[in-house]
Amino acid sequence: MARIEILKTYKLYIGGQFPRTESGRYYTLLDKKNKVIADICLGSRKDFRNAVVAARAAFGAWSGRTAYNRAQILYRIAEMLETRKAQFIVELIQQGSTKINAEKEVALAVDRLVYYAGWCDKFQQIFSSVNPVASSHFNFSVPEPTGVVAVVAPQDSSLIGLVSIIAPIIAGGNVCIALASEKMPLCSITFAEVLATSDLAAGVVNILTGKTSELISHMSSHMDVNAVVYAGKDQKEILLIKENATLNVKRVFVYQNDWNKTESQNPYFIFDAQEIKTTWHPIESIGVGGAKY
Amino acid sequence: MKSSLIDQVGVEERVARFNTRSIKKQSKVEGLKIAISMIDLTTLEGKDTEGKVRQLCYKAQHLHVDMPGVPTAAAVCVYPTFVKLAKKELGNSGVKVASVATAFPSGQSTLAVKIADTKFAVESGADEVDMVISRGEFLSGNYNFVFDEISEIKAACGPARLKVILETGELATLDNVRRASEIAMRAGADFIKTSTGKIQPAATQPVTLVMLEAIRDYYYETGIMIGMKPAGGISTAKVALQYLVMVRETLGNAWLNNHWFRFGASSLANDILMQLAKESSGVYQGGDYFSKD
Repeated sequence: MARIEILKTYKLYIGGQFPRTESGRYYTLLDKKNKVIADICLGSRKDFRNAVVAARAAFGAWSGRTAYNRAQILYRIAEMLETRKAQFIVELIQQGSTKINAEKEVALAVDRLVYYAGWCDKFQQIFSSVNPVASSHFNFSVPEPTGVVAVVAPQDSSLIGLVSIIAPIIAGGNVCIALASEKMPLCSITFAEVLATSDLAAGVVNILTGKTSELISHMSSHMDVNAVVYAGKDQKEILLIKENATLNVKRVFVYQNDWNKTESQNPYFIFDAQEIKTTWHPIESIGVGGAKY
Repeated sequence: MKSSLIDQVGVEERVARFNTRSIKKQSKVEGLKIAISMIDLTTLEGKDTEGKVRQLCYKAQHLHVDMPGVPTAAAVCVYPTFVKLAKKELGNSGVKVASVATAFPSGQSTLAVKIADTKFAVESGADEVDMVISRGEFLSGNYNFVFDEISEIKAACGPARLKVILETGELATLDNVRRASEIAMRAGADFIKTSTGKIQPAATQPVTLVMLEAIRDYYYETGIMIGMKPAGGISTAKVALQYLVMVRETLGNAWLNNHWFRFGASSLANDILMQLAKESSGVYQGGDYFSKD
């Protein structure tokens, strides 16, 4: 008797769990020959709301970890991804990639995670400064994580785009809710399985699938979201996000990079989701012959 | 005294049925306003200070100044030593002062001490007294002891309304909850209350339903209305509405006000406020824009 293949149910990733969408809605993902690949959750605004609650709850502990420990966990994500390469390659091919490009993309995603793992305990030194002031203060500025970041992942990439945007956000101690590519959602949920087995605390990264057009206004207007990253070129969507973001002065970042290029990885992506805190620390005196601390 | 036996499965199914009621838009707003007016804002910590109590009293009267038309909380619930202060802070705002008494939360002390504790609270100005029953005696089958103790405390309360805390988390079975409810009501309780908030589980819906049904049956038998107060663990607007559904469908509209029904909670108020703000502004809210205590 022929064995019936067991297919994976693609679900959402919220607060470390894999729930179905609360709305009960789905859309069918087809391949190039119009054959059904899978039914994908059509995430709703309530799914997003739940994800924000999970992310906010995770923020304190994640941002409070040592930079070194965050680096270890990012590296662990890379390790987990490396061991599951084959599955990602299959999924990329299903979604229209060639075998050679799929292999390249997965390897690049692993390398990118390792790259940002390395930056975890280094970016703060690079972006900090000691500032000259005209009073007897030791004045210094350091970056601190912004908080909850909503991400609209690029439409034309299934894995590398998502990884390239999420990695610097969490490397900097933020938490995020990412909306996967509507056209190519498969790798996002498989990547969620990688995250779930990487010592990454529940809620630090949440991944939704669904329509950008439906969710974008909620992602940009939610008062408990502190920043929005939008990877895309739709001017109407960009305008909508920027307008809604004024409600609670969210930071908005629009990325239009080619994520396959090495220029698309640098510490400035970490810096985007950081806020600068300046401290005025009283000291004995400034003046000739150096400051006296 | 004979007490009804409880069908646990039946109670759980009934609760599940209540939770399917869909309350949206205008009815949700009205329901949330009723719920918020039923809250006993509570602080019962060893680390309570005068400042904390003052802050709580301010919050009870001004839940969210940005939002006109929000009712005040029903009462603030404090330890006896803070009653005088709370009374002064609340003035003639209509917000009542409730005080726990009788060696709260364990109830492990002599009757003389418990009566003195109660009298101190009432003389300091408490409008309501929240007493705990002696669970040890109850579980050993000394029902007369529990009955007598409640009636002694009731006598010590004078004009103050007496809420009797059953601490259902320690009573083990729903049969015990029903029996304890009946003892408390017959001994002179004005309210029966689920929990101290110091024991897990605190208030649950099945326990509350059993107590509401005891109140209903007692009302049919004697014509006397008894109040109900679930306390502890109710922290979201959605759950609060489910409790209101349960009250409405078990006891009727006569109980749907803060003279006969209360929530013992501290974080519930903010969640309800956020939901009310969501209904009026259309966007999900964040904790940054609501008072912490």
